[in-house]
Amino acid sequence: MSKTISIDGRQVEFVDGQTIMEAAAAAGVYIPHLCHHPDFTPHGSCKLCTVKVNGRNCSACTFPAQEGQEVLNETDELREDRRMITQMLFVEGNHFCPSCEKSGNCQLQAVAYYLQMLDDHFPLFFASRELDASHPEVMIDHDRCIFCTLCVRASHLDGKEVFAISGRGINKHLIVNSPSGKLQDSALEAGDRAVDICPTGAILRKGIGYRVPIGKRIFDLKKIDAVSLAEQGGAHGE
Amino acid sequence: MICRLAKAERRIQSAKAATLAGIDSTNHSEITLMYEQLETAESSDNLRRVAVDPVTRVEGHGKVTLLLDADNHVRQARLHIVEFRGFERFIQGRPYWELPVLVQRLCGICPVSHHLAAAKAIDQLVGVDPENLPPAADKLRRLLHFGQVLQSHSLHFFNLASPDLLFGFDSDVAKRNIIGILQEYPDIGLQGVKMRKYGQEVIRMVSGKRIHGTCAIAGGMNKSLSREERDYLLEDIGQILKWAEQAVALIKKVHCSNLPYYDQFATIRSHYLGLVKSSGALELYHGGIRARDRQGGIILDHQDYCRYNEIIHEQVKSWTYMKFPYLLSLGSEQGWYRVGPLARVNICDRIDTPKAEAARQDFKAHGDEPMIHSTLATHWARLIEVLHCAESIQGLLHDPDVLSQDLLLQGEKRCEGIGVIEAPRGTLFHHYQIDENDIVTKANLIVSTTSNNQAMNESVRQVAATYLDGRELTEPLLNHLEVAIRAYDPCLSCATHALGKMPLQLELVDASGRVIDRLVRESDGMLQRSLADA
Ligand code: SF4
Ligand code: FES
Repeated sequence: MSKTISIDGRQVEFVDGQTIMEAAAAAGVYIPHLCHHPDFTPHGSCKLCTVKVNGRNCSACTFPAQEGQEVLNETDELREDRRMITQMLFVEGNHFCPSCEKSGNCQLQAVAYYLQMLDDHFPLFFASRELDASHPEVMIDHDRCIFCTLCVRASHLDGKEVFAISGRGINKHLIVNSPSGKLQDSALEAGDRAVDICPTGAILRKGIGYRVPIGKRIFDLKKIDAVSLAEQGGAHGE
Repeated sequence: MICRLAKAERRIQSAKAATLAGIDSTNHSEITLMYEQLETAESSDNLRRVAVDPVTRVEGHGKVTLLLDADNHVRQARLHIVEFRGFERFIQGRPYWELPVLVQRLCGICPVSHHLAAAKAIDQLVGVDPENLPPAADKLRRLLHFGQVLQSHSLHFFNLASPDLLFGFDSDVAKRNIIGILQEYPDIGLQGVKMRKYGQEVIRMVSGKRIHGTCAIAGGMNKSLSREERDYLLEDIGQILKWAEQAVALIKKVHCSNLPYYDQFATIRSHYLGLVKSSGALELYHGGIRARDRQGGIILDHQDYCRYNEIIHEQVKSWTYMKFPYLLSLGSEQGWYRVGPLARVNICDRIDTPKAEAARQDFKAHGDEPMIHSTLATHWARLIEVLHCAESIQGLLHDPDVLSQDLLLQGEKRCEGIGVIEAPRGTLFHHYQIDENDIVTKANLIVSTTSNNQAMNESVRQVAATYLDGRELTEPLLNHLEVAIRAYDPCLSCATHALGKMPLQLELVDASGRVIDRLVRESDGMLQRSLADA
């Protein structure tokens, strides 16, 4: 007999070793998330996937599913918390959706729509972060980095360790593993998994922005809860 | 008939004006600013200052200041415009492919023009010159542009200008707006709304959104029209064409029924500049630069706009942030010119669509000079362009290329790109340089309204000298200043005249800077006089 947990009262099957996120995804239940990607080791840093398990807050992407768990996902309280987390992500960086080429393919934007985030709520930080366009094919707009570490994990899988997160709190930033700290001197190549993994518009392929017309972009066609996890990772404009 | 009688009368007037101003009618380099003495008063001692200072939104900020002496004689009149400050700076440091999307966000009035001018510039950055752009991309961009000009011109004529033209410049201010038009002339008002909407639908179908689409990309377009989209647009084009013809007939009637007045109001005799096709025909999307002098003589023709730096320079004046462009060959005194509908219809040899061409011939025939200088005739020229847009849209919708998927070309990278387009308000220049990492290092833009800066100032001075001089200022009189500015449809017009409801504040300031009187037009159109220093 298969094991089950309940998510918002619905019985969801799981196998041992699965996280709540994995069990939910397999059953087609959407739990909002940003730093999670099925292909990489869970990191549990964005906290967007926070659910209540038997009354306690847990990150669904890291918490193992166990027989009989009562999981709450779509509650007003959790929705409100998630919206606040998303607002914080927005004000911490510089996210100008109207002119951003990732618009329509961006998970941060799509999650914000899903959570019905209508304003920033918090004062903007106006962070001053540099753009690294030194690489001939790939660009980093640090303004849009949300420190999800997906590129770090993807580059690890590429066997290159091009990216890392350095510093803590407000000083946290993405660093590039090269003598100059610039992307052009790193081992990054256009074929790397890390190039297409960024959920926001921080890491981009150069020169192809806006090639997908409005109406044909990933989240023009489906809301984020209907897009599979694999489709979301590396959602890009091409 | 009316036209012919009035013509004779006007001929005498313009001859008088020419004599007064000492205009030599044979040499195009001799062009005189008739009211230049009003640009700067000899001394501002004992003069009162009147500021017409509309509260504006984001697109720009315009105000008129008048200096009056004790007898209300106008001693100085200036139009100040502050816009696009910091614009060129703002886009530095961004990757070039963002430009068409970034720049259109900075202008809420004609975003498509900026989108396309920037796209033409970045085509060159990826090694694609205009003649090499895939035909489908070229035609879709033209379609988009015709849609934009159609909606912008319709908005301007029906919503902003028609209240002045149909009710009179000094009519009841409470009625002098689009709401008044809809009540009194419901058919005309509704046609305006629908024509604008149609232009916006063209934009939406081509670019994905009614405003701020993302269709033009370096080297082409990101989508073509589907059959359904094409058929949807074809449904109404016949009706739009008919209304455009009626609008031309209407403006002709309005203009000719008061010809002497319309031909002299705010009128200045200027040079004209714009793009033309290689055949010399009217062109809005891509062509060479042509300039004609006030007698219609060619100053320069079919010039490659990538050399605009050798043709046009910009002069800076201490009292305004707006520069004054001029033709280098004629110098800063003589070389100023006008751009926009009047300029385009004046400089072209013909229009490639039959109905608009007939309208152009009719338009040119109403004057007795090779060039039409009447500032208010700009409205007429604008509607001829609307007709041309409607005809061109119809033609393009029947062209199978707009359904083609062959939309993109890429060539050798370059570090400099220049895009020039005829925006609704006139020639628009975008010029960018990028570094080896694709990042914008330099940007220079000359927007249409800037090119009309000198001309608008001269028209303002003409109106101030003709109508306001020596009289107690009232709202209708001040509206005359705005009518003159509005004819140019400057970028600030949207901000200052949206539905005629923007609050206006006029202040009388004495020589020591003390405000001695204040006239406020509330957003409901009511006037209130409040004494200052309270
Ligand atoms: S660059 Fe993108 S993938 Fe990497 S940490 Fe930042 S947001 Fe995540
Ligand atoms: S998705 Fe679970 S913490 Fe980010």
